[in-house]
Amino acid sequence: MTKSSRHYRVVIVEPSIIISTGLKYLIELKKEFEVSAIIADYYHYTEKINHLLPDVIIINPSVVDVKKRQHLEEIFTELKETAFIALIYQYIEPEVVKQFHAVIDISDDGERIAQKLLHAIDAVNAPPDAAEKNELSDREKEVLIALARGKINKEIAEMYHISVHTVITHRKNIIRKTGIKSISGLTVYAILNNLISINDVE
Amino acid sequence: MEARLFTADMKLAEVIHIDYQLLLLLPRFGMNLGFGDKTVREWCDKSGVSCRLFLMICNVYNCGQYLPGEEEIEEIDVDQLIAYLKRSHLYYLDNRLAAIEQKLNDIGETCPVEHRQILNRFFEGYKNEVISHFEYEERTVFPYILDVTVGSRPKDYRIEVFKENHSNIDDKLNDLKNIIMKYLQGSARGEEKINLLFDIFSLEEDLSKHSLIEDKILVPFVLKLEQRYDKE
Repeated sequence: MTKSSRHYRVVIVEPSIIISTGLKYLIELKKEFEVSAIIADYYHYTEKINHLLPDVIIINPSVVDVKKRQHLEEIFTELKETAFIALIYQYIEPEVVKQFHAVIDISDDGERIAQKLLHAIDAVNAPPDAAEKNELSDREKEVLIALARGKINKEIAEMYHISVHTVITHRKNIIRKTGIKSISGLTVYAILNNLISINDVE
Repeated sequence: MEARLFTADMKLAEVIHIDYQLLLLLPRFGMNLGFGDKTVREWCDKSGVSCRLFLMICNVYNCGQYLPGEEEIEEIDVDQLIAYLKRSHLYYLDNRLAAIEQKLNDIGETCPVEHRQILNRFFEGYKNEVISHFEYEERTVFPYILDVTVGSRPKDYRIEVFKENHSNIDDKLNDLKNIIMKYLQGSARGEEKINLLFDIFSLEEDLSKHSLIEDKILVPFVLKLEQRYDKE
């Protein structure tokens, strides 16, 4: 709330136009919020949402594919300082709700919604790690090279005496920093940056 | 909702002016240019194209929020839809991917050998992924749908399988964008690199519309049919 002069960009992911339009109206009663997009499903617009770099995303969790147990951070890889807010008006598995920074209930009024949004924004922006650069750390480079050589998570964990969970964290960071997801794409990256030679990946 | 939906009585030229990407649809439907002031309905009738289907696809392209109604979906001409999808596949492979490959090869000539090799290998991998994705649809999914449409239902397949495995083939395309934009160094062929990036961005957009058509029209259509058989 220190940045009250700032404008916060909000994206709403909600299949019902009646609800999203009403929500947009309520949110924009407060001058500090601007709804920059309303989207019916995140599936085909993940890229777009990533590009909008919203401060807040309000999602109806029922559009998140529960079967695949996808985590929000895996879907929106670009969004590190975005507050995720669930918009709930039907039963949602508690496990899914846990991923969100806050929950808007269908009975909330505009005042209450604004309060929740501002709190969530502050929470997300709390750790001041602005110093982070997009260069890969040495550890990340090691993992990248191992991946390019065809090693799987478990093998990498054993090679460097780290947990599989840590390998996965490294991988997420590598993807976030490079913008490259596939192993073959990361291999190209490794060779273009002279981390390995093409003979290493035959 | 900012985008309005297209209707059968709009002039086709007007529709294209609103969203020029829809030009891509014409050859896939076997429709020609030179439509003068004909309405969408008139030009569809003249070309033997289902106006309902054509509009539905136009609206999926143009309006992110558009979801065709259930009854509307039940009445689509599924033969034409599948023919459209197949022609789109052909177009992506022969036209778009071929153009990207050509540009990538040209650019590769100015790179160190290793870099060229790995770029080519990467693209080859992507292309094979796309081909097998299309082949799966054409050999398994489409024949299944046509079977279901005429009333015989093979027991060993459900459209649900397709729906759940309808994976993104765009990860690698996105990777390629970043590779060229962020990591391919050197001043040579700068213009060609930009052109290539334009090609990739626009292919990516078109492919995402393509899978929207499958998800919003094709899958619901088949689900509906399957439900009907389940009740019988």
